[in-house]
Amino acid sequence: MGGEVRQLLEQIHRFSRRCLFRVLSMGPLPTHLAFIMDGNRRYAKKRGLEDGSGHKAGFSTLMSMLQYCYELGIKYVTIYAFSIDNFRRKPEEVQSLMDLMLEKIKSLLDEESIVHEYGIRVYFIGNLGLLNDQVRAAAEEVMKATAKNSRVVLLVCVAYNSTDEIVQAVKRSCVDKADRDVERIQLVDIEENMQMSVAPEPDILIRSSGETRLSNFLLWQTGNSQLFSLDALWPEIGLRHLVWAILNFQRSHSYLEKRKKQL
Amino acid sequence: MISLRVPAPSSFNLQRFNSGALERRWKLGRDCFLSFTPNRIGLGVRSTKSEMAPFTAAEEETLPEGLQPELMPKHVAVIMDGNGRWAKNQGLQPWDGHRAGVEALREIVELCGKWGIQVLTVFAFSTDNWIRPKIEIDFLLSLFERTLKSELETLAKNNVRISIIGDSSKLPKSLLKVINEVEEVTKNNTRLQLIVAVGYSGKYDVLQACRGIAQRVKDGEIDVEEIDEILIEQELETNVTEFPYPDLLIRTSGELRVSNFLLWQLAYTELFFAQEMWPDFGRNGFVEALMSFQQRQRRFGGRKS
Repeated sequence: MGGEVRQLLEQIHRFSRRCLFRVLSMGPLPTHLAFIMDGNRRYAKKRGLEDGSGHKAGFSTLMSMLQYCYELGIKYVTIYAFSIDNFRRKPEEVQSLMDLMLEKIKSLLDEESIVHEYGIRVYFIGNLGLLNDQVRAAAEEVMKATAKNSRVVLLVCVAYNSTDEIVQAVKRSCVDKADRDVERIQLVDIEENMQMSVAPEPDILIRSSGETRLSNFLLWQTGNSQLFSLDALWPEIGLRHLVWAILNFQRSHSYLEKRKKQL
Repeated sequence: MISLRVPAPSSFNLQRFNSGALERRWKLGRDCFLSFTPNRIGLGVRSTKSEMAPFTAAEEETLPEGLQPELMPKHVAVIMDGNGRWAKNQGLQPWDGHRAGVEALREIVELCGKWGIQVLTVFAFSTDNWIRPKIEIDFLLSLFERTLKSELETLAKNNVRISIIGDSSKLPKSLLKVINEVEEVTKNNTRLQLIVAVGYSGKYDVLQACRGIAQRVKDGEIDVEEIDEILIEQELETNVTEFPYPDLLIRTSGELRVSNFLLWQLAYTELFFAQEMWPDFGRNGFVEALMSFQQRQRRFGGRKS
């Protein structure tokens, strides 16, 4: 009985969400949304849960947010899963995060996973050589398995730093243009060597937990992105935050389009 | 970033929500992302000060209440946005807005010198701004030239060092001459370094660093494998200062974006978005930004256990 009620409620939610999204789609929608999923550990502490459960709660929030984004019709979503700076944390925490990531990356290959439901192409962006072999292998497997998907895209930044991405792009540009005049190196040469070049620049960057900084995430790509800092911790983030961000985006959109056309 | 403290469903108040939903400014608790003071209603341009008041030793120690000296940022960066809109709101011409902007800048430079901030970077003119009407560009550049000339003596007296960064290839020769002179005369000053970004953008800076590095690789000075973050940092134009990474970036006029001003250098910078236009920012806005900065917890990717 409980299960049926739950199913019914879920269907009602889905229906009302679809109506809401239809209304939102009357206005301009972002093509690319980026998330800094901050505040998982603080959430666990706040709720008096054990360490590690904050990240698990964060993962299920992530799945919900991806579902909303793809239902709304946003084509690209980028998430900051693990920074190169995060390797400096306590080894136990790093290890538990790696274990969680391995488990979740593998689950993306399941039949019932969100990847199959929405036809997601998954990219893992970052210095993957810094990951342990198992995680790296799993990531590569997912990238290969989803390479043919084209409906929507998920970019997972893991072992990532924007400055590291730029260093790699500069290295490759130097190699590519080694035999030519250095003055011929243009912005496009660096840009095409950036790992994130598989997606357009984010329209919106959302960071949870109230911090107002980029933390070395997508520095190159977010020059013109609208930046939102939400006070809520990542596991507390929900549909209402997404809707609010999109409304704000729509509000400033016409002014921005005018500026963009000028450029 | 705009702080969106979305009310929990149980505390939702329909009446409040309806009255000015999207125009509502969210008053924040600890972290002031949206700082707004009602626009000062004034006719015409604010009174012009032709000289900065010299910093006095007595004033240097008196920080406003609530600010702690040991938590002051070393390097503050400012995007002075909103001059044009300010002028429009006042019924003035755009150049009046820019002139008012210069006054506002004078005030902030003075405060930085008094309060122990060591580097102030201001975004005067972006590579993207070249698309503005020629008359406005000419005015801006000549205003810049005139201001540099008239302020040189005061800045030198106040021990301020000026550095200009950006692509100078499109700037008029007379301006370049003044820039060189000002940089030369003030190069040994130590109290405050004022970095003015003209014809600058973050991507341009990384590109010119890339070219510099590529040249060094070509000359055999370094190997491609040796290219790392430190090398790039050394080649960026912000290498004119000991503290190239701003601790705090302030943008006025309510725009929630960085607009390609400083890119690499903003990796861990605390961002503060002020609602008022630049000419209105002044001391109050600056204090609010600094208070917000001092309350933030900076972890640089690690943990504060």
